Amino acid sequence: MQTITRDILLEKAASLLASGTVNRVLGWKKGEFIYDVTPAVFTNAEDMYRHFTFDCFCGANFSKYLIKETQKEGKVLVFLKPCDSYSFNQLLTEHRFDREKVYAVGIPCDGMMDASTVKALAPEGLTGAERNGDALILHTLYDGDVTVSYADHLPDRCKHCKSKKVVAYDEMLGENGEVTDAGRFDEVAALEAMTEDERFAFWQNELSRCIRCNACRDVCPACTCEKCVFDNPGSGVENKAISDRFEEKLFHVIRAFHVAGRCTDCGECSRVCPQNIPLHLLNRKFIYDIDRNYGDYMAGAEEGSRAPLVNYQIADPEAGEVVSGAGGDKV
Amino acid sequence: MQRIGVFVCWCGSNIAATVDVHAVAEAARHEPGVVFSTDYQYMCSQAGQNMIIEAVKEHHLTGLVICSCSPRMHEATFRKTAANAGINPYMVEIANIREQCSWVHKDMAAGTEKAIILAKAAIAKVHLNTALTPGESKVTKRALVIGGGIAGIQTALDIAEAGFPVDIVEKEPTIGGKMAQLDKTFPTLDCAACILTPKMVDAAQNENIRIISYAQVEEVGGFVGNFHVKIRKKARFVNEDVCTGCGLCTEKCPQKKVPNAFNLNMDNHRAIYIPFAQAVPKVAVIDPNYCTMLKTGKCGVCAKVCTAGAIDYKQQDQIIEEEYGAIVAATGYNPISVEKFDEFAYSQSKDVITSLEFERLTNAAGPTAGKLLRPSDGEHPHTIVFVQCVGSRCAANAAKGKEYCSKICCMYTAKHAMLVRDKYPDTDVYVFYIDVRTPGKNFDEFYRRAVEEYGVHYIKGMVGKITPENGKLKVQGSDLIADKQLHIDADLVVLAAAIEPDKSARPLATMLTASMDTNDFFTEAHPKLRPVESPTAGIFLSGTCQGPKDIPETVSQASAAAAKVIGLLSKNTLKGNPCVAQSDEWMCNGCSSCANVCPYGAITYENKEFRMPDRSTKVRRIAKVNPAVCQGCGACTVACPSGAMDLNGFKNNQIMAEVDAICK
Repeated sequence: MQTITRDILLEKAASLLASGTVNRVLGWKKGEFIYDVTPAVFTNAEDMYRHFTFDCFCGANFSKYLIKETQKEGKVLVFLKPCDSYSFNQLLTEHRFDREKVYAVGIPCDGMMDASTVKALAPEGLTGAERNGDALILHTLYDGDVTVSYADHLPDRCKHCKSKKVVAYDEMLGENGEVTDAGRFDEVAALEAMTEDERFAFWQNELSRCIRCNACRDVCPACTCEKCVFDNPGSGVENKAISDRFEEKLFHVIRAFHVAGRCTDCGECSRVCPQNIPLHLLNRKFIYDIDRNYGDYMAGAEEGSRAPLVNYQIADPEAGEVVSGAGGDKV
Repeated sequence: MQRIGVFVCWCGSNIAATVDVHAVAEAARHEPGVVFSTDYQYMCSQAGQNMIIEAVKEHHLTGLVICSCSPRMHEATFRKTAANAGINPYMVEIANIREQCSWVHKDMAAGTEKAIILAKAAIAKVHLNTALTPGESKVTKRALVIGGGIAGIQTALDIAEAGFPVDIVEKEPTIGGKMAQLDKTFPTLDCAACILTPKMVDAAQNENIRIISYAQVEEVGGFVGNFHVKIRKKARFVNEDVCTGCGLCTEKCPQKKVPNAFNLNMDNHRAIYIPFAQAVPKVAVIDPNYCTMLKTGKCGVCAKVCTAGAIDYKQQDQIIEEEYGAIVAATGYNPISVEKFDEFAYSQSKDVITSLEFERLTNAAGPTAGKLLRPSDGEHPHTIVFVQCVGSRCAANAAKGKEYCSKICCMYTAKHAMLVRDKYPDTDVYVFYIDVRTPGKNFDEFYRRAVEEYGVHYIKGMVGKITPENGKLKVQGSDLIADKQLHIDADLVVLAAAIEPDKSARPLATMLTASMDTNDFFTEAHPKLRPVESPTAGIFLSGTCQGPKDIPETVSQASAAAAKVIGLLSKNTLKGNPCVAQSDEWMCNGCSSCANVCPYGAITYENKEFRMPDRSTKVRRIAKVNPAVCQGCGACTVACPSGAMDLNGFKNNQIMAEVDAICK
């Protein structure tokens, strides 16, 4: 597989800007720390040469940015990793942006690091990190360079990668991969194997850390409502979301219900959570149940596909035939 | 702030026996906004309704809560009362304290507590009610009858007689249904064909009736008064307009080994056939599974002999699209498969037959030309055993069979037994029964004649086992009255198989959004007050698709359904239901989730320009609901991720207020 480097992307972006195909580029720029890579919009090649960055911390899913970007004049260039391309399709399915105003360049991906992973590997004095093939080299103040296996330390969403195939693009850089689905439901199965009390305790422990920063919602490419029910006092949802013993439980449950059948399992919610709550598990449980009851369905795999929850089929299971929980319990 | 009046109905003792109605009225009085609260013996009576009207005037009420029976029963009544009192009919909420409370509880304290909670929920909801005005929609003056048996034919004839065009869709190549297969009919013993076939001809000749045979409904859209239906007319490979029904092709076709479904596969017909002599339309049909020409491209005998040139091997299925104001389901029944009842040896012996097969064996147009002969060796049977309730009245948890009584078997078995004894007096006839049920005009007299005049041996008890042995059927059964086991060597055993709704009914019900019971019989809107209407507006029920019934009952119901259809079609416009969905365009994402789940196709999208708070303009895709098409099912409000879609009369905040009131 051709390794995609900063230079390759820069060259592509510069030529598309020069030819007038696009007038803006959605890309990444360096942040305060090595792992704080930030999405940015570039309007010219010079800015890009100065600030554009591409490394193993460029995990951010750009698809959601297109809703706002496509409201502007001209076309925007977006780089789509496999994950991003599913969200891209899902947003198109929901008519959330104008495809004509986007030039999508697909790029292969074999996993992106995230901040919490490297911070955990080098809790103190981390000055830098880089990827060299299969190795992740951490530069530290006290221990010098620490080299670990890249693949072994990927965050969960990449370890259990659902697909290495970019499903939507105008142009593909490098070689496209295949749908993988590397055991991503194992964790769901582990949750289902717990007793009800254990599972409640697990989620209580996780969700009670929530500080309601709304980062998960704001980053989620399925959460694109013009007005979120949690920001709308008239919806009557917000006061329900906080009316329980550990107060943010229902916020996350309600959110999981809202994105059920629309979640592309990109894992951005867990990546951005400052409290390291494995939020993607809630959504993945839904995906697992939908697959079990209505046949395999991946939101965003195909543009225009009908999610089983909004698509009635005569063969759908009737009440009492719906499977949920460990061992295929019927509910 | 609303001024709310609460009216608690006793419903005689229906509610008052298990709910302390005074306590409910008293508790409601203290709820916010309630300015008047009372209870009365029969709120739906004239006196009760007057009480409501007086209270509205005296206390200037703006909202009403009626604690009474299910809204399906009397919501319409109390809405009219509200209108008579001068307030909007949709300012009425019903708290169902009968079906969902007094009838299901035995304990007064618990029942009262629940009734109070239900009342509070309704009060919380009515606070948020708004006045609603129904729109109007046109009525397409054409009816569709699905199923061309005696039920469908009768309904169609009656509708056509009133001057409205009606289409009959029949899945078989001919109308006539099960009745066409019967020999004689109880209790008068007139021949089925003699009374049915004239009706079939009437239907064919009536200029208001179009028979679409060999066809099935494929898609139903729209709503009462305005249904849009797609019908697939299967290719019969014979041009219906040209075929004269001379039958020459059906004699010359070299493919002779096609099981004759009309005779329940007891003999064969050719690959091109006319189901029976009096078929309507009398047009041949080619069975593509057997036709050599269609399978291999070589033969073409029928085309050669057809002087009319009606054969068309290239004929394709045809899709007919039509608008209807009303739809009648008349999909009928089938006997259940008795193969799984091993004890009766149906699969082991040709001489164990079902009652419908017996009808064909005694029918002059049947495979034996009306001579009662054993299917195995063509000999005349001298001992015949009839077994009743095969698969009927089984235990609810039984692995096979139906829980219900199939209703017609007692009578037709008496008929069969009587006819055998009449025609073949040398035959011994035994009938094993659990009960003999003969409620109907001249029915019991008929059954007693079989016993008393014709000497049929009725034995109370069930047959335990039938064993084919040396050309005989060893029948072992219990005689419960004599309290002993009987062993009968029979030549022929006839099983009165339970009947079940036709398999096409379930998918049809889904298309019609008509409800069904667990046995796949269509459910009527109310068993006593609206017995021929489905709860889905504009859908009517005719015949055995609604429950087991005999021919006289079927025909009565068929005419009743027709009367309802005529009533509907004689209106020029229909008042719509104002409880329709509407979308908040500022909140709508334009994601299409609502349109995807809408069963009525009521939602479309448009790109609309919005002035944003920062004075910029933004074009957004937003949902629009067509209120004339929306039926208010609420599916869209659930699918909408942002909560932009809301249902008038059942707004999200109203439902939430009810839940809050219940959980408080």
